[in-house]
Amino acid sequence: MTSPSAPVPAPADATPAVPRIAVIDLWKAFRGKEVLRGVNLEVTAGESFVILGGSGAGKSVLLKHLIGLIQPDRGHVVVDGEDLTCAEPAVCLQIRRKFGMSFQEGALFDSMNVFENVAFPLRRHTRMTEAEIADRVHECLQLVNLDGIGRKATNELSGGMRRRVGFARAIALQPEILLFDEPNTGLDPLTSAVIDEVIIGMRDRLPVTMVTITHDMRSAFRIADRIAMLRDGRILAVAQPEEFRQLPDPYIQGFLAGEPLEEEVA
Amino acid sequence: MKPAEPAPRGYLHRQLEAIGTRVASGCEEVGRFFYILSTTLHWTFRRPFDLKEWGRQMVRVGVDSVPVVGLTALFTGAVMALQTFRGFERFHAEGFVASVLSLSLTRELAPVLSALMMSGRIGSALAAELGTMRVTEQIDALYAMATEPIHYLVVPRVGACVLMLPPLVMCANGLGILGGWVVAVNLLGANPVVYWQRTFQYLDLNDVMSGLIKAAVFGLILSVTGCTKGYFTSGGAEGVGRSTTAAVVMGSVVILLSDFFLTKILF
Repeated sequence: MTSPSAPVPAPADATPAVPRIAVIDLWKAFRGKEVLRGVNLEVTAGESFVILGGSGAGKSVLLKHLIGLIQPDRGHVVVDGEDLTCAEPAVCLQIRRKFGMSFQEGALFDSMNVFENVAFPLRRHTRMTEAEIADRVHECLQLVNLDGIGRKATNELSGGMRRRVGFARAIALQPEILLFDEPNTGLDPLTSAVIDEVIIGMRDRLPVTMVTITHDMRSAFRIADRIAMLRDGRILAVAQPEEFRQLPDPYIQGFLAGEPLEEEVA
Repeated sequence: MKPAEPAPRGYLHRQLEAIGTRVASGCEEVGRFFYILSTTLHWTFRRPFDLKEWGRQMVRVGVDSVPVVGLTALFTGAVMALQTFRGFERFHAEGFVASVLSLSLTRELAPVLSALMMSGRIGSALAAELGTMRVTEQIDALYAMATEPIHYLVVPRVGACVLMLPPLVMCANGLGILGGWVVAVNLLGANPVVYWQRTFQYLDLNDVMSGLIKAAVFGLILSVTGCTKGYFTSGGAEGVGRSTTAAVVMGSVVILLSDFFLTKILF
């Protein structure tokens, strides 16, 4: 097993930049079923990194490891040189403040309205005045094209709006790293395209590193600087979008064409 | 060569396995309860103090529960007066109805019945609320926002139950005694002045205090049980339903068990 202080093994297409997030030999099993089986990957500062994979491939579990929501059975997640898996709870909380995370269904607090949801991390972690908080919430909602809905209850929002409010809440504290958990799942193609535009807008306007997990090919190619393919708890390949299309792996080609391998059908 | 098939498990093997699973699951439940309890204590005196949330929970647990607890106590007092009067008149001891009623209410009935009512009202609500937050990833969202969910969600709820159960039990004491007085004086013809005197004749401050201590402990038990069940919910809507039922059943059973030991200690 690689020690946390040892240099992270560089993948074939690694850029010379120091990785912002390094996942080293990550293993996780639930009730005896192995979900992650030795995942290795690196995310460099400022890039938009997309992890593709089918249902049950372990994408969400991997993403939750990146922010310390799940502890691995083996392996390490190193964020800016700090090992999240070995850190004390207080240190973990500090590291987590670098992150903003958007959940699959938004995970909005249903006891609060939209404004209060976006204001929540600001009230919790800053000493901003109510006027400053209102300005920041307004700014965040503007960035996701949802200005003017602050007083709405979360149950009045559509699926796409919930996710965008989730984005606004995730960026409220100006995080350095943004994680998106299946931002397009269950949305119609038009709403899905709007979500992509919002993510691209955030990528271009904010100085952040982004990690997105999805199984939506079109969305992945629109928003990614690099794409990784996860299959059966392992990374099959990491490449830039155009290179990724040319990869000869039959599973990847099947995934791109929407044609499952024979063994998958069986 | 084909690997050897495992030998079929016999009856004894299966029974032992079932017992082992149950014991392990019981130990896990106890471990979770004490994990939530210790983490709650750890975070109780740490900043930031969300006074607004504490206030909201105290109103929900305390003020909003007055009608349920009050009605229960009022009728318990009334029924107690009827039952003891009929019993005591057989050996001409009707005069002691008031004393028996005030002692049994303050020491036992008001704290236990209030706690059981609160276990149904608040314990289930806590399990359902936290369980729903768990399955809709709201608890994960709190973690992701560098907020400890136990600090934000559990501490104010447990604190509100511990602080509000004793005042609720004081209310129950008063209303229970009132219910008994109304029945004894109006239906059974007791002398109102004598009844009132007898109510307080043998009642000690320790009797009331022991009831209030019990109330605070019961508040801790029912809230930690409800929060534990909700916090560790899994399995969607069905899981929330299971947690809610388990919170009420477990909370009530633990309250009744701990009542014996508390009574033994406080006597």
